[in-house]
Parts: sequence; C-alpha cells; structure tokens
Amino acid sequence: MTRNHFDAIVVGAGPSGNAAAYMLAQRGLNVLQIERGEYAGSKNVQGAILYADALEKIIPDFRDEAPLERHIVEQRVWMMDDAGHTGMHHRSDDYNEDKPNRYTILRAQFDKWFSRCVKEAGATVIYETTVTSLMRDASGWVVGVHTDRNGEGITADVVILAEGVNGLVGRASGLREELKPENVALAVKEMHFLPQEVIDARFNLKGDEGVVIEAMGTITEGMVGTAFLYTNRESISVGIGCMVSDFTDVGQATPHGLLDRFKAHPSIRPLLEGSEIKEYAAHLIPEGGYKAIPELVGNGWLVVGDAGHFVNAVHREGSNLAMTTGRLAAETVADIILSGGSCSRHNLAAYVDAVKESFVMKDMKKYKDIHGFLKKGRHVVDLYPRLMNRAAQTWFRVDGVDKRSKESTIMREAWRARGIGGLMGDAFKLMRAWR
Amino acid sequence: MNSSAPRPAAAAGSRAGMKKELPEHFRSYKHVWVFIEFEQGEIHPVSLELLGEGRKLADQLQVELAGVLLGGCGAALTGAAGICHSYGADVVYVVAHPVLADYRNEPYTRVMTDLVRKFEPEIMLLGATVLGRDLAGSVATTLQTGLTADCTELAIDDERSLAATRPTFGGSLLCTIHTLNFRPQMATVRPRVMPLPVPDTSRTGRIVEYQAELEESDIVTKVIDFLADRNSESAQLAFADVAVAGGLGLRSAENVSLVRDLAQVLGGDWGGSRPLVQKGWIPSDRQIGQTGKTIRPRLYIAAGISGAIQHRVGVEGSDLIVAINTDPNAPIFEFAHLGVVGDATVLLPALTEAFRSRLAVNRLAG
Amino acid sequence: MRIFVCIKQVPDSAQIRVHPVTNTIMRQGVPTIINPYDLFGLEEALRLRDRFGGEVTVMTMGPPMASDSLRKALTYGADRAVLLTDRFFAGSDTLATSYALANLIQKASDNWGKPDIVFCGKQTIDGDTAQVGPGIARRLGLTQLTYVSSIDAIDPSHGTITVRRRADHGVQVLQSRLPAMITMMEGSNEIRRGRIEDALRAASAEVVQWNAAAAGITDLGHCGLRGSPTVVKKVFAPPSREEKATLVGEGAANPTAVANDLITQIFARQPVLEGDLMHAAARH
Ligand SMILES: Cc1cc2nc3c(=O)[nH]c(=O)nc-3n(C[C@H](O)[C@H](O)[C@H](O)COP(=O)(O)OP(=O)(O)OC[C@H]3O[C@@H](n4cnc5c(N)ncnc54)[C@H](O)[C@@H]3O)c2cc1C
Ligand SMILES: Cc1cc2nc3c(=O)[nH]c(=O)nc-3n(C[C@H](O)[C@H](O)[C@H](O)COP(=O)(O)OP(=O)(O)OC[C@H]3O[C@@H](n4cnc5c(N)ncnc54)[C@H](O)[C@@H]3O)c2cc1C
Ligand SMILES: Cc1cc2nc3c(=O)[nH]c(=O)nc-3n(C[C@H](O)[C@H](O)[C@H](O)COP(=O)(O)OP(=O)(O)OC[C@H]3O[C@@H](n4cnc5c(N)ncnc54)[C@H](O)[C@@H]3O)c2cc1C
Repeated sequence: MTRNHFDAIVVGAGPSGNAAAYMLAQRGLNVLQIERGEYAGSKNVQGAILYADALEKIIPDFRDEAPLERHIVEQRVWMMDDAGHTGMHHRSDDYNEDKPNRYTILRAQFDKWFSRCVKEAGATVIYETTVTSLMRDASGWVVGVHTDRNGEGITADVVILAEGVNGLVGRASGLREELKPENVALAVKEMHFLPQEVIDARFNLKGDEGVVIEAMGTITEGMVGTAFLYTNRESISVGIGCMVSDFTDVGQATPHGLLDRFKAHPSIRPLLEGSEIKEYAAHLIPEGGYKAIPELVGNGWLVVGDAGHFVNAVHREGSNLAMTTGRLAAETVADIILSGGSCSRHNLAAYVDAVKESFVMKDMKKYKDIHGFLKKGRHVVDLYPRLMNRAAQTWFRVDGVDKRSKESTIMREAWRARGIGGLMGDAFKLMRAWR
Repeated sequence: MNSSAPRPAAAAGSRAGMKKELPEHFRSYKHVWVFIEFEQGEIHPVSLELLGEGRKLADQLQVELAGVLLGGCGAALTGAAGICHSYGADVVYVVAHPVLADYRNEPYTRVMTDLVRKFEPEIMLLGATVLGRDLAGSVATTLQTGLTADCTELAIDDERSLAATRPTFGGSLLCTIHTLNFRPQMATVRPRVMPLPVPDTSRTGRIVEYQAELEESDIVTKVIDFLADRNSESAQLAFADVAVAGGLGLRSAENVSLVRDLAQVLGGDWGGSRPLVQKGWIPSDRQIGQTGKTIRPRLYIAAGISGAIQHRVGVEGSDLIVAINTDPNAPIFEFAHLGVVGDATVLLPALTEAFRSRLAVNRLAG
Repeated sequence: MRIFVCIKQVPDSAQIRVHPVTNTIMRQGVPTIINPYDLFGLEEALRLRDRFGGEVTVMTMGPPMASDSLRKALTYGADRAVLLTDRFFAGSDTLATSYALANLIQKASDNWGKPDIVFCGKQTIDGDTAQVGPGIARRLGLTQLTYVSSIDAIDPSHGTITVRRRADHGVQVLQSRLPAMITMMEGSNEIRRGRIEDALRAASAEVVQWNAAAAGITDLGHCGLRGSPTVVKKVFAPPSREEKATLVGEGAANPTAVANDLITQIFARQPVLEGDLMHAAARH
C-alpha cells in the first residue's frame, strides 16, 4: 500500500456520503471520506424529515442514539389562497409506535452523529478539505483526488462522488453537465425557536409527537413550488422552494421575499408568533427528476445522492434516496474490491442495476412527467387553490342561500376560470404524470 | 447534549445551594483593599474609580479602605498616596523598592501576597487592565482564593459577602459570583464602569510603609525597553479613547483614508471589519472583533459596518457607539447608541471637518 | 523544542442564545470551536517547532467531546493531543482549572519531557477571565509572560527569551528565562492551514485520554466544584437596553448639518469627552 492510498474515497459527508462510507468501513475496507465543511452537516440546511426505513437498512438500531427531534403523527396538506387555506389533515395514534417511520431532525446534529458513526466504523474522515479535482491516469481512469490543502494527491481504487446538488467536482471533471435552472429548485429555510411547551400547545402535541405542514397555492406567486413547516423539539422549520428557472421567468419575487410572505400569511403567522429566528439558509434541490439523472458510473468513479439528482420532488424525499444510493454503491464497491476485481465502469454498472431494482429508480420513473406538467399548467399552483378556498367558503357560509345553488356557483366559477376542457385535461394529465 | 464549558449557567443553582462556612482562620481578615496601578508616574484612573467603589463597600462593612502602592521611588509613591487619600483611602500601604520600578509579575506577586498574609484584608480589588489581570491571577493562585474577573458591579450582601457581578457571553448574560469560604475575596473590575469620585484634597490618612525583601538578581525577567504608544505608528486600538472603523460599506480601499482622517482629528486610532483585512485594504492588526482586537474606547464610530456578532463582541464594551450605515435595518443599529442612516463616504469627511472646527473653536474659546 | 499548548473548547459565541423564558444559555445545537485566542499560541508554537525542531503537544481539560477540538489542533499540525477528562472536574473555576491543568502538564512532562514553553490563549470567549494562564504559571513556577505580541529572540539551548509584551500605555520589551508560560496577543499571527498529510494523520491519530487518576491527581478536594472557591449565585439577563440606536440627522439639509447634529448628540452623552479631546487636539 502506498502512502496515501485507500480502497475508496468518498467525497462529501451528507447522508449519501455517510451511508456509503459507513457501509464500506463496515465491510472492512480502507475508506477515506473528505468533507469541505467544518464538520458534517455544517453546510446543510437545518431542519428535515428523516425517513427511517432507509437508515434502518444501514444502522438498524439508529433510534437508540441518533439525535431525533420528533416523530410525525400528523400530516397537513394545505391549499392556500391569500386569506386562508383549505386542506387535509391526517393524524393517527398508530404513529405512536415502537419504531416510527418518520422523524423531524436537525441536519447539523444528525449529520454530525452519522459522521461519528462513520468514524467509529473505522473510516478515516477529514473535514475542512475540499476536493478540487479528480486524479486520472493516462487512460482517463479515475485514480484519486486532489484537494485544496498543500501536499500530494490521494489515490484510491474508486472515488464515490457524494458531493450534493452542486456537484462541482463531477462537473469540473466533465462527468456531468452544468445544472439547468429548470432542473433545480431553490429553497430557503429558517429556524424559529420557541419553548417546547409552546410548540406542544400550538400543534396539540405531547411528548415527541410532531407535525408536518405542506402548503401550496398563491404563496408561490404563480411559480412552481411548495412551502413547508415542521415541528422540531424546540424550534419550527419553515421554508419555501420554487424552481430556479421560475424565479427568473415567472415571478418578480425573491426567495426571501416569498418566505416572508408565507410567514406573514394568516394561517401561518399565529403558529410562529413570538419565536426567535435564527439562521437563514438557502439551498438547491435537484428536482429535474428522472430525466435529469446523469451518468452514474465510469472507470474508477460513481455518483450517489443529490449529485445523481436522486430526489423525489413530489414526496419531498431526498435524504432517503441519498442514503439508499450510498448504501447500494458501497455494496457494489465492497463486492468488487473484496473479490479482487477492478472498479471499472463495467463492474460498477452493478450499482446502476441495483438502483434500478430499488424503490429509488421506480419512484423517479413514476413521476418523470410531473414537472413538465406543472410547468405547463401553472394554474395548478395558483388557480386551483384559489378555487378550492372560494368553494369551501361558499359551502360553509350559512347565509340563506340553498345548498344546490351553492353547488352550482362553485361549479360555475370553476368552469369560468378554466373551462370544462381545461379541467378535464388537467385531471387527465395529472393522472398520467402521477401514474 | 452536554455542555462544553465546565460551568454552565444551569449549574448555578446547585452551586448556590452549597452553603459554605468561613473557616476560623479567615475570620480575622478585615478591610477593603484596592491595588493602585502606578506606572510612568501616574495612577491609572481605574484605581481611583475603585477607591470610590471600595469606599462604599468599606462603609457598609464598617471597615477601613486601603490603597496598595508599589513602585521604585519613595517620593513619587508618597505623592501618589496623598492622591489615594483624597479619593477615599483611609490608609495606603506603600512599598518602595528599586526592583518594583517597572511592573513585573514576579516581584509584584511576591510583595502582594506577602502583604495580604501579613495584613489580612477581606476584599481586594484590582483594575481589569492588562496589568491587573496579569497580577490578579498569580496572586489569587498563590493565596488559593477566589477571583472574579472583569466585574461591572460590586455589592455586599446580608452576610457580609462580596457579590461581584460580571457580564458573560458578550454581555448577553450577567452572573453574580461570591467567594464564600476563602479570603481575601478578590475581583478585577472593568475600567470606566464605576464613576470617578470627586477628590477631597482636605482628606488625609495614614501611610504604612512596608519593607520588601527583594533582590534584583532573584528576578529572572528584565525590562530592557519600553516603547510608549505615543511614539509609535502601529495600532493602539485596544487602548485608544476614540476608535473609528470602516467596513465593506466604504466600498474601496481608497476610502479607508476617510476613516483614518477622522481618527486623526479625534486623536484616536482606527481599524476595520474582517473583510477589509481579507481584501488587503487594512493590515491585520487593525481588525476589530472576535478574531481581531477587542476595544473599549469611550467613543466608537463604525462606518459601513453591518454589525455581525463577531464584530459586535469586540466593540460592545465601548462607552458610546455611533453607527453610520445606508441600511436602516442593519444589525449594528441594534446595539449602537447613536445612528445615522446615510452614505459613509459622504458623512465621514463631513464629520471630520465638523469635528475639526468644533474642537478648534473650543480651543480658541477655552 | 518541546512545547505544550493549552486549548479550550468553547461554544461558538456567534451562535449562543439565551432562552427567552428561563434565561439559561441554550447550547443545544450550538457548535463548539477552539477558543480563537488559543490559536495564536498554537501557531506560534508550530513556528518555533518548524524553526528549532521538537514537538508540539496540545492539551485540554474538558468533557469527552473536547477531543474534537484536540483533533482539529492536530490537523493544523500539532504532534500530539491529550485530553484530561473526569466528572470530578465538572464545575471547576479558574483555581481548580489551573490545578488540574498544572497536574496534567506535570504528568505530560513525566511522559514526554519537560516543556520549554507552555502557551495559553490570552483569555477565552466564554469564561473570559484570563486567569488560567497565570494560575498554571504560578503553580509550576514558569516565567509568566502574558499579552505577548511577538517573540523577538529565543535561544532554547541557553534557555533565554526576549518578547514584546503589551502593557497599558506601550510595549514592554522583556528578557527572561525558559521555561515560560506565554499568552499571545490576538492578531500576532494567523493559524496555518494544515497540509493534507496533517489532516490525514489527525483523522487517525489517537487522542491520549486521561482521567484524574491517570494524570496523577489524588486530591480531589482541589478539583471541580469542591476545589472552586468561587460560587456562582445568580445568572440573569441584563435589563434590556432602550431598544435601538437613536437616529440622528434625519431630515437634515446636508451632510454638514448631519455631522453637526451628530457631534452635538455625542457630546451631550459624553460631556467629559469633549474637554479631553480638546486637550488632546491642543497637544498635537
Ligand atoms: C430546503 C430543503 C429541505 C429538504 N427537506 C428534506 C426532507 O425533509 N427530507 C428529505 O429526505 N430530504 C430533504 N431535502 C433533500 C435532502 O436534503 C437531500 O436530498 C440530501 O441532503 C442529499 O444528500 P447528499 O449526501 O447527496 O448531499 P448533501 O447533503 O448536499 O451533502 C453533500 C456534502 O458534500 C460536501 N461537498 C460538496 N462538495 C465537496 C467537495 N468538493 N469536497 C468535499 N466535500 C464536498 C458538502 O459540504 C456536503 O456536506 C431537502 C432539501 C432542501 C434544500
Ligand atoms: C469565525 C469568524 C470570526 C470572525 N471574526 C470577525 C472579526 O473579528 N471582526 C469582524 O469584523 N468580522 C469578523 N467576522 C466576519 C463577520 O461575520 C462579518 O462577515 C463581518 O464583520 C462583516 O463585515 P462588514 O460589516 O464590513 O461587511 P458587511 O456585512 O458586508 O456590511 C457592510 C455594511 O455596509 C453598509 N453600507 C454599504 N454601503 C454603504 C455606504 N456607502 N455607507 C454606509 N454604509 C454602507 C451595508 O448596509 C452593510 O450593512 C468573523 C466571521 C467568522 C465566521
Ligand atoms: C460565565 C462564566 C463566568 C465565569 N466567571 C469566573 C470567574 O469570575 N472566576 C473564576 O475563577 N471562574 C469563573 N468561571 C469559570 C471559568 O470559566 C472556568 O474555570 C474555566 O475552566 C476556565 O476559565 P476561563 O474560561 O475564564 O479561561 P481563561 O483564564 O480566560 O483562559 C486562558 C487560557 O487558559 C487555557 N485554558 C483555560 N481553560 C482551559 C481548559 N479547560 N483546558 C485547557 N486550557 C484551558 C486556554 O489556553 C485559555 O485561552 C466562569 C465561567 C463561566 C461560564
């Protein structure tokens, strides 16, 4: 073994990189993980939903130690107009189970914990070090990385790019194209601190129970996007995200301006009242879907997580896809190296097959048309929420108008706004995109 | 998660619960002492402030207030002792010895600990200056007693115990600290927090001269030179009465001169925020803030500085903070005392001129 | 040269918040950093080592988590790291802290040889007392050199050192002897970025971990809460300041008018200052 040679180098210590490095170290490989942040999670947006299943497959008893905030017992989906919202709430005591399925987490803490697990599993982890480029041999095969620290490059049999959505290394090295504005969303997010008791009371929670609100409607000013609010133990995460291309093409609004408006909305403001705001973070989310997935493997390298565009925008899933692709990549690499094989494009293709077999690619495929639909049918994010709220008001107001007339008013308004053809078409296209 | 500082605020309750009894051998400790900083023939103002504060404590305890003066020349010390009397000291301990001419930790610590052991004060106060902090730490360690740092408030509680209050975490919290079962109770006190008392020149008092047994050859540290600030070009930010600083709002390296000009008219020093250092507009010894200089001028003027927390903690101790910023929502207006919403590149020259003529007019008038 | 550097892990001041209801410090999720002032000592130590050879050992007393800071110090290029950790040290004031650290240094000297210099930071950003350095110096009989802005000359073989030390009205040039306790002034240097080899070594290096007994501390009466003469009786929030800055010069006709308004306000609040500035101006 030469001085700085490792079996594998993992670039990035987000969920995908941590999953990959952890699994590789578990299998006894000599792994180096390189993270540019001061610590894992230091560069990550703060609040998030953790989907237990993906992590369970990596660290089965993670619940004993991971810094989890609340498990989710209630989901609210809101269609908002300027004055209020209409929506669906789903809550069940069944979610107060032994092994809950979804949790709120603070990424900074969670990633740090995960990174600790990686180290304990035996990987070498270095921080505050940015990988600047891939090292290649004469044939173009990737044989290691260069970093921004003085000193020699580091070599490895394989480099796993888990560098997140920006993927600068991959792009600089020509493995991937530039990001297209229509393939990424820009999300902004804030943490609002409130005492635990206040959060419990406002959201009708006890113990570690938590709530998620997903909202769409006029709050995004006609752009394709959604807003969200999660309860953490002593804070609330609120954020809003829209397609980057929409910020330039459609709206006048800035991301921060949208968030301010969302927070001031009559349905949201009372939930945040009196809180102390800390940290404002903006982050890109790859939302190009299936069609934006780049080349995933090559000679001596492969790509996992956000860098591979693995995000399910419809269900707001990302970290679970990241962990799953990280895990599958590690399994592939470990199998190859432990059997004495080479990490050629051909051998690494087993990873692509594994991803295709998993829920990851199946879900990516399922929603492959949803963005095209939303972009063409902007009324979905604007008009329908308005109509729904109008309809609800018409329906619930007791004002001497008979119910049948109310029904026809509601229908008439919908027709007038979109036309029967439009309505039918939307329904049809939405169904197709969803299927 | 566990705390990183060994003593988090939350632990205060459990500590306060521990009732500590003053052991018998400390019961004889009486009187309030103030260490008088005497350098280059001058008493540091903080020592006089402390005499004023010490007077109140002594009166409340019904004990004497003493000043402690160390130095090289007996005559100069006697003169200084008279000043201490006029500022409220009942008695002044004077220790004259050539070895004590310049402040050095070793001989000063030795003399101070000897004095305490011999005369047994119950309270000893020092200025939280460079000298005071250097000396207090070694004296307290030698005496194995408690020392509260950088206090802004002193009081005597119902049980005759010194309650020393100090700001922590950049002033966002205050804590009150006692030394219950050791003597003396020591504290360093921040300059310019306690009011300077009005001297009463008719007041007299005793002088107790103490013969220190010191040999220059025993002292390993030698002062081979003293470079007075007034003869120096380099930044004296930490000690200036007036400090002017610029931030990215200056918009160009050339405009740093606007800051310098104002500082010069005010006889103060100048500096800037960290980005200016990073851009190479100003040298690094002029950076103000958490990773630069901590300053406590009487007047601080910040031009084109947003007021990030790392900057804030370095300037918060200033007596008066004036901010000039184009953005009325800039965080600096949350802790500045006076603010101007406007363009620093226009206001700084105007301010320089206005100060120049104002000070000149006054000089003529005065 | 053999050099020890004491570092303390502190909460990042920028991220400390005070709980609005209970007035306690909220540390949840607050990242920790190496006390920034300690890095000036560390860098000075590394430069001396690079010049004279030898080794730099970083040490701290703190909770197990503090090993993160030690490891970070290794990435800057320190050679060895020691953590003193034991529940008996909880609640230490500066006297108890300097007791523990002095013992730690003693024990480290027994293992690896006596240091020529021990570096401390000028002060910390949390406890902020500047008392621990002098405390250690006193206990170990080291020459005490605080607020040092530069080391002008050093001769390890003869054990002599010349430094510039910040005093209140100027700079003292001091000649003294090793072994010394030095606390460096801020801004006297800038911490280096370790090489990739340092980062790799730091990642897999062992942080030596001792409890009280391992450090040879048998008298627990001098440790932690029990060994601390100071008692924190009360922690409270300061009375909130009258809101924001008073805005001056609004509606004034021109910059000169604004400037004059401002000066009037300044001297109204600092009446003594005007006279003093006048005197100073007159002297020029
Ligand atoms: C506002 C917002 C809310 C979200 N909410 C959720 C949610 O609730 N649930 C969910 O499952 N997903 C959510 N996601 C998506 C989720 O955050 C991502 O899918 C997930 O973090 C991807 O993990 P990753 O490891 O691929 O990338 P990242 O988490 O982005 O990690 C990449 C890491 O690589 C490092 N890095 C980058 N370049 C280099 C380099 N050159 N050298 C060294 N290190 C480098 C970075 O510092 C970073 O730590 C959300 C995203 C956003 C923006
Ligand atoms: C670990 C760490 C340590 C740090 N240590 C320090 C430190 O010691 N000291 C320090 O200062 N910073 C420090 N910083 C940096 C700090 O966080 C801020 O980034 C920095 O203080 C901002 O500098 P600024 O106010 O000059 O610039 P900005 O934040 O960019 O502010 C410029 C301001 O100028 C205003 N402005 C623009 N044009 C004009 C005009 N023509 N007239 C008037 N106003 C105008 C703007 O409204 C704005 O408020 C540190 C950061 C970190 C992470
Ligand atoms: C809010 C608050 C107020 C306090 N006030 C007082 C007080 O007035 N009097 C008092 O006696 N105690 C006080 N303490 C306790 C004191 O902070 C602790 O004793 C602490 O362990 C060391 O003191 P310091 O942080 O002030 O360090 P300082 O004396 O400011 O530190 C100087 C240098 O000593 C070294 N050093 C300090 N601590 C360690 C360590 N644990 N490990 C390695 N090196 C170290 C570092 O190089 C550091 O830069 C206070 C604590 C808090 C949280």
